[in-house]
Amino acid sequence: MKKNWWKIIAVLLVLHTVIAGFMIPVPALNILHESIRNLYFHVPMWFAMMTILFVSLWQSIKYLSKSNIQSDLIATQAAQTGMLAGTLGLITGSVWAKYTWGAWWVADPKLNGAAITMLIYLAYFILRGSIDEEQKRARIAAVYNIFAYVLLIVFLMILPRMTDSLHPGNGGNPGFGGYDLDNNMKMVFYPAVIGWILLFVWIFTLKVRFEKLKRKQLFNE
Amino acid sequence: MNNLFKKVTFLFAMLVVSQTSFAQDNASVEMATGLYQSGKIYVVVAVMSVIFLGIAGYLVMLDRKISKLEKK
Repeated sequence: MKKNWWKIIAVLLVLHTVIAGFMIPVPALNILHESIRNLYFHVPMWFAMMTILFVSLWQSIKYLSKSNIQSDLIATQAAQTGMLAGTLGLITGSVWAKYTWGAWWVADPKLNGAAITMLIYLAYFILRGSIDEEQKRARIAAVYNIFAYVLLIVFLMILPRMTDSLHPGNGGNPGFGGYDLDNNMKMVFYPAVIGWILLFVWIFTLKVRFEKLKRKQLFNE
Repeated sequence: MNNLFKKVTFLFAMLVVSQTSFAQDNASVEMATGLYQSGKIYVVVAVMSVIFLGIAGYLVMLDRKISKLEKK
């Protein structure tokens, strides 16, 4: 129980997000209306994705220096959990776009960048699947994973900011952090980000523990 | 002189038009006030809380199962 305290915090913070996210008043803004509350759910998905993919990157670098296969296992599971968060982020963003911009998908640098990022990580799994030998697979995948995270930064953080974009916080648009995010919203948004990140980290650790058990069983047989 | 008069009138006309378009900004933004007045937003909050607590409970269950396996 001692090492599980952060899981309780994760559940409490997300529960706070669900309750306060709907109850606390939000600024009345054109186009957004009540949909501004999506900020508590859509944006944390991407924060969670970036955090967990960073863990994946870190484990890949660790694998390259120590050649411990456990690091490779953790990196894979982190990449998978990151894709779960990213997929949810894409879908929720698409729904939000439909009711504010008028289309499920627009050819916007931020949206396309997010989609390309997902494809880059999809290729990571395909690359893994195509190599049979364990050490070789781990090494090549680790190198690719480092490139993948660099490309993620480029496609999600840099390119959308250099051109025009509909998405808030890009291409000269103010992010929600500017005048839209009043103090009420901050009281929900910051806990939401931490809560969702912790929740996805929890799912990720469960996946890692499960895979380690599976591996152990494989060697015992 | 006539030209200046035209320009000034035009300027004022534009100012008036822009005033009304600014006035539209916040007064008429549709929010779910009905949902809050009737209190039915609590229903949504309750449903979301149940779903989330269900997922959290499921994660706790998985966590315990894995812990049990790890002890073996």
